[in-house]
Amino acid sequence: MSRYFPYLLVGILFGLVLVKSEAASWYRIQEMFHFQSFHMYGILFSAIATAAISIQILLRIERKRTLDGQAIEIPSKERGRINYIIGGLVFGLGWGVIGLCPGPIFALIGTGSVGAIVVLAGALHGTWLYGAYKTHLPH
Amino acid sequence: MRQTDPLSVRIDRIIVTASRSQQPMESVIQFLSQPWPWYVSGPLIGLMVPLMLFIGNRSFGISNNLRHLCAITQPPEINVDFFKYDWKEHYWSLVFVIGTALGGVVAVGLLPNPEPIDLSIEAMAMIRAWGFELPPAGALVPPELFSTTLQNIALLFAGGVLVGFGTRYASGCTSGHAITGLATLQIESLYALIGIFAGGLAASWFLVPLLAR
Repeated sequence: MSRYFPYLLVGILFGLVLVKSEAASWYRIQEMFHFQSFHMYGILFSAIATAAISIQILLRIERKRTLDGQAIEIPSKERGRINYIIGGLVFGLGWGVIGLCPGPIFALIGTGSVGAIVVLAGALHGTWLYGAYKTHLPH
Repeated sequence: MRQTDPLSVRIDRIIVTASRSQQPMESVIQFLSQPWPWYVSGPLIGLMVPLMLFIGNRSFGISNNLRHLCAITQPPEINVDFFKYDWKEHYWSLVFVIGTALGGVVAVGLLPNPEPIDLSIEAMAMIRAWGFELPPAGALVPPELFSTTLQNIALLFAGGVLVGFGTRYASGCTSGHAITGLATLQIESLYALIGIFAGGLAASWFLVPLLAR
């Protein structure tokens, strides 16, 4: 079990940041989609920049190994276009209305929101629908 | 009489704050309880990507857990192929989102923000025009939408279905595409992000105003 402990710690930090930065807020998401504040864009851009720079550092240090000694490699996404665009559109429609993407759903459940549990229930059904009808959808 | 004089009230407040700040632990908690600015939160979120790689070559992303949760709960007689795999290999991912929920517990339990969300003036005017109240103190989501009335439950569930279906169709959400994918220069993530942003704009500009009562 102890090998899962680092994931738990990083997960706690992630949930804490999502709530304290108000990225898990419906109000902030509406403000973002109406370009009324830099706050959410600041979070997104600085997160991407930090990730990009720190990955380059991670790949250039002498001993580029994971905690358990494997060589570090960046996983790449499967080839495709139409599935990414349509999938993104459907996800975006849901995100814009309820103001929660998957990370904030879990963080908000932690803050005691019953509404977020309802969203999670819906998201599981949506995921299941995709799995069931995957072969009928353009990819 | 002296008690209601604004100046003396203000001085009282300053004295109270000053005496509080003498206890270091309490003032640290008070400091962290304020909303975290973007230039602190963004880099912390960005660090998730190298941290996950360093811990065990994992790609930072949340929405795969929705698939794992389906795989765990799928009854054998339903048997959809997409959910037939060894989800036990993904314990790490489930542990991560359990952590994410615990982070939410810590945030409200230890570092609650006593003030309402400090939205821009334009956003406040827009929300009022939609017929919503201004954010109540400590609330991240509007009670008008997240209180458990039958209508809200239907709406939140439907929104959740779109989020779950869309993230799986696009193989990722904000964390996996916007952050991990763009930071590692993957074109697929840019396609996904274009879709996500177009969908989000359409919903926020044309659907949310319809919710107004």
